[in-house]
Amino acid sequence: MVIAGAIITGIGTIFLFLGSLGIFRFPDVYNRLQAGTKCTTLGAFLTIIGVGLMQPDWFPKALLIALFILLTNPISSHALGRAACKTDVPLCEQTVTDKSQEFELCRRQDE
Amino acid sequence: MSGFELLIQIIFPIIIGAGILLCLLRMLGGPTTVDRAVAVDTTTTVTIALLVLLGFVFQRYVYLDVALVYAVLTFIGAVAIARYLEGGL
Repeated sequence: MVIAGAIITGIGTIFLFLGSLGIFRFPDVYNRLQAGTKCTTLGAFLTIIGVGLMQPDWFPKALLIALFILLTNPISSHALGRAACKTDVPLCEQTVTDKSQEFELCRRQDE
Repeated sequence: MSGFELLIQIIFPIIIGAGILLCLLRMLGGPTTVDRAVAVDTTTTVTIALLVLLGFVFQRYVYLDVALVYAVLTFIGAVAIARYLEGGL
């Protein structure tokens, strides 16, 4: 069980580092949201579940923290992406389409 | 210290710490405000995972409580910053 927990924690650690590298390297706010939310959610989930497997007494609280991150991380990233869309943060140069221009809800309210 | 304990107790926290450092660099040099907010959000999630891992390394059960409270406060803070930026708060 300790070996399995260590392997899962290692995979989660690699995902966390790659998500942070994406935050540092990507050219755009929306790309950074993509990297910083998906990779970080999976990485934190795997790391915490791996610690819970290595220390079975801690498993309920570790599962609670992991489920909380799994539920709340997409909500906060969606709110941040909406804020970026409404404050007209420019897209990067390689962008092909921008579907948000078609919707009235994505525009700022006080214009 | 065997190689296994070395891997868990030193290598993994150093890798996560390098990730936190990259996020902090983006937070210092981000062009817009939303960039910095995204970097802070990612930094806090990575920090929660690091707290749980350090709780296992030092054998302190309290670190899990700290991580849980930090997760709740981080979520509220990120949503509040986003609502403020889009002008609805």
